[in-house]
Amino acid sequence: MSSTGKSVLLANVSRRHFMRGLAAGSAFVMAARWGLATASEGSDSAKYGAEGMPGGWVDNPNVFIRIDEDGTVTITNHRAEMGQGIRTSLALVAADELGADWEQVKVEQADADQDKYGNQNTDGSRSMRHWYEPMRRAAAGARLMLEQAAADQWGVPVDEVETRVHEVVHKNSDRSLGFGELAAAARELEVPDRDQLTLKPDSQLRYIGRETGLVNGDLTNRETRPPAVDGQDVVTGKARFGADVQMDNMLYAVVVRPPVLGARVKSVDDSAALKVRGVIKTITLEGTGMPAAFSPLGGVAVVAENTWAAIKGRDALEIEWDLEAAGDNAQYTSGEYREMLEQRAESAGKVVRESGDIEKALKGASKTVTATYYMPHMAQAPMEPPVAIVQFDGNSAEAWAPIQHPRATRQGVAGALGLDLEKVTVHQTLLGGGFGRKSKPDFVIEAARLAREFEGRPVRVQWTREDDIHHAYFHAVSVDRLEAALDSDGKATGWLHRTLSPSIGSLFAEDPKHKADFELGMGFNTMPFNIPAIRLENPEAPAHTRIGWFRAVYNLPHAWAIQSFAAEMAEAAGRDHRDYLLELLGEPRQISPSEFKDGWNYGENPEIYPIDIGRMRAVVERATREANWDNKDRGERRGLGLAMHHSFVSYTAIVMDVEVADDGEVIIHRADIAFDCGKAVNPERVRSQLEGACVMGIGIALHSEVSFSNGAADQDNFDRYLIPRMENAPREVHVHLVDGGDDAPMGGVGEPGLPPVAPALCNAIHAAIGKRVRRLPVGKQLA
Amino acid sequence: MINLTINGEEHELDVPDDMPLLWALRDIVKLTGTKFGCGIAQCGACTVHLDGKATRSCVTPVTKAEGKAITTIEAIADDDVGKRVQEAWLELGVAQCGYCQGGQIMTATALLKENGSPDGAEIRDAMNGNLCRCGTYNRIEAAVARAADMEDKA
Repeated sequence: MSSTGKSVLLANVSRRHFMRGLAAGSAFVMAARWGLATASEGSDSAKYGAEGMPGGWVDNPNVFIRIDEDGTVTITNHRAEMGQGIRTSLALVAADELGADWEQVKVEQADADQDKYGNQNTDGSRSMRHWYEPMRRAAAGARLMLEQAAADQWGVPVDEVETRVHEVVHKNSDRSLGFGELAAAARELEVPDRDQLTLKPDSQLRYIGRETGLVNGDLTNRETRPPAVDGQDVVTGKARFGADVQMDNMLYAVVVRPPVLGARVKSVDDSAALKVRGVIKTITLEGTGMPAAFSPLGGVAVVAENTWAAIKGRDALEIEWDLEAAGDNAQYTSGEYREMLEQRAESAGKVVRESGDIEKALKGASKTVTATYYMPHMAQAPMEPPVAIVQFDGNSAEAWAPIQHPRATRQGVAGALGLDLEKVTVHQTLLGGGFGRKSKPDFVIEAARLAREFEGRPVRVQWTREDDIHHAYFHAVSVDRLEAALDSDGKATGWLHRTLSPSIGSLFAEDPKHKADFELGMGFNTMPFNIPAIRLENPEAPAHTRIGWFRAVYNLPHAWAIQSFAAEMAEAAGRDHRDYLLELLGEPRQISPSEFKDGWNYGENPEIYPIDIGRMRAVVERATREANWDNKDRGERRGLGLAMHHSFVSYTAIVMDVEVADDGEVIIHRADIAFDCGKAVNPERVRSQLEGACVMGIGIALHSEVSFSNGAADQDNFDRYLIPRMENAPREVHVHLVDGGDDAPMGGVGEPGLPPVAPALCNAIHAAIGKRVRRLPVGKQLA
Repeated sequence: MINLTINGEEHELDVPDDMPLLWALRDIVKLTGTKFGCGIAQCGACTVHLDGKATRSCVTPVTKAEGKAITTIEAIADDDVGKRVQEAWLELGVAQCGYCQGGQIMTATALLKENGSPDGAEIRDAMNGNLCRCGTYNRIEAAVARAADMEDKA
């Protein structure tokens, strides 16, 4: 575990940033944020981590911590809660440093206010690694204010007092004062300078880093586990998601959107819709072509007295669409598109990383291996479909929504209503899942446009599941072609990888047709194998629909292709997959991302966050050991599969024990996941994230696909867009947290568990029945 | 007028006959613990009990619920089995985002009222209709088994 002493937490933090990290909202930073510019372009000096994010960080105790006279400690959480448990975990960090009793801690959710709270954009698996240190400093500041208040009251020097659980004591006498008794006086004090703060040594921490709850089937520290902030509300139905916001006098809307991106409404016949009981009005909305950014898609809204009336009214609409407005998007058919990309993958494309002489290596090989892999579009499909409520009062507006990106939401609502940012209040509710879908506030802006038509009344827009699947920001289709040269010993001497995917850049600018830096940096350029000749190419791939973030993003196809191919190479070499993978990785060493032509590195400082081969080897070794890898005899039609991937500056390896029944049904007996994210602040929630990622990854491998015909998504709902059910989950899942060493910096948790799942599962299918899957989803390919 | 008995209380609703119980609960009665997930009985987020039987409220017109005892997640703690299921859920930290968990708990409670000691296959079979996009299935299965154990001991 990394040191959490004062030296680390206070390093490189200049006084002028005490109240707030750098407010970095320039166009350049936005571009860098989307990966459209490299970190070194147009900037005076590179900024990393939380400081590199728009709005930076804040560690002022008065922003995040309030103590009432009754002793209640209220901690403000400014990040989106979408299941990762950040409302619990960040509050535990603050409570631990403050010395608060968890029973007396409440958590409040912040509104969207980047100037006050710092960056609130909850994506990129950043919340804990960017906010652990500011939150500890904020709590240490609050603790010092309480201690000073007690010292003042007793007339003693502050170094004679110390904080115990929810009270401050005078070490030289029996005197003590509770947090509540000190609250009023402490509140009047100046916030201490950062260099006055002393952070607790690890030995005094009660919550941070402590294993509690369910650990691979056993309940650990059951009596002392701090309850999850929203746990009780969730199991009693009281938790308030965006969908659950109730307002007096509220209107309910559903929208029929153009079937193809860029199509427009040509004519509407709403006469039948208006006859539906409860329907009030229909409104034609302006749409968008490409680049769509966060603009609503347009279409026709049905506004009603309740959701059911709106849905029935929508069913009764007759709309003629102008498909020509959509240009060639209206010809987009994903099967043909896949064939086109597969064909293009046979020819050279833009070279993005090269070392050694790949042509020579392939010519001189005693054996070559070639394979092409395909991953389809997918929809994030959070269980809570997009939903938003907006009320416009002429010169101000208020919104309630389950959003990952409060700042963009506030800007979008302000823009839609022609208001200054300060006139818009955005309340961030709980999210019924996000997975990247709710990073895009198009659905809130849509509600704002409708609210403009009904001044003074809250308007709620409910997306149905069909809307959600038809109009996702789709995970990019990807074709990856790999070719390797092996020498007579089976050792890899050459590696040629071409990756083709539409870029998320097509959302924000003219279609770049090539992957942006941050997209290549997700496991493509950062491919870690130690091979003498390597060439990585990125041929063109145009976008024909909205392409957006999906949990782990481009790491998914890159890991799927690279980790499947490594197993194919091992097979061609006649070697054990684990041994071969370790050989490909080579000796433990740290590599600068720049050596791999990666200027992004998840926004982190390459000196603190090098690409660490030792940590990769460690997770591979741990996962295979825990899975008893050397015992390959698992029975008829049953086998083990392995994959490793590093992403979001964390390291994951998975071994799956899989049986394929005669009818093609895949039964996953066990998954062993080794994970190194540096310090695990709340190991209980880290485990739950890895377990959940495992299940989601199984769905990506086995079932999930959105296909397109003539520009429109073919799937409507969960009857055809299949996501994993309980029967697909591993019968047993074991998560092994790997200690990355004292210097290991904190990594991401929400996303890095996902990329290696599909290749591990497909490698296991191969081990079980000898069938190599190269096109996802597996679907009926094994029947 | 539609007369519904929800969590032991009588409600008179002025809604059309075909309105699904889900929307009547959420939009009219303002009980929002029952969730909308798919609208076609594929995900189970909208699960309630009708006379103790797990039912998908998104495809159940209000007329079909008339004369039946409707129980929602808000009142399941009044049932001993439901209460134990909730406790097991909390103890094992099942929920991630939590959106589907009300429906999961309603299905689990109905299962345990019918079969007090289900094996793994029976749990998976009963729970298979309830989707969880966060992927909490392993903990759901463990929590149902734990709630069953708690019942044995009770």
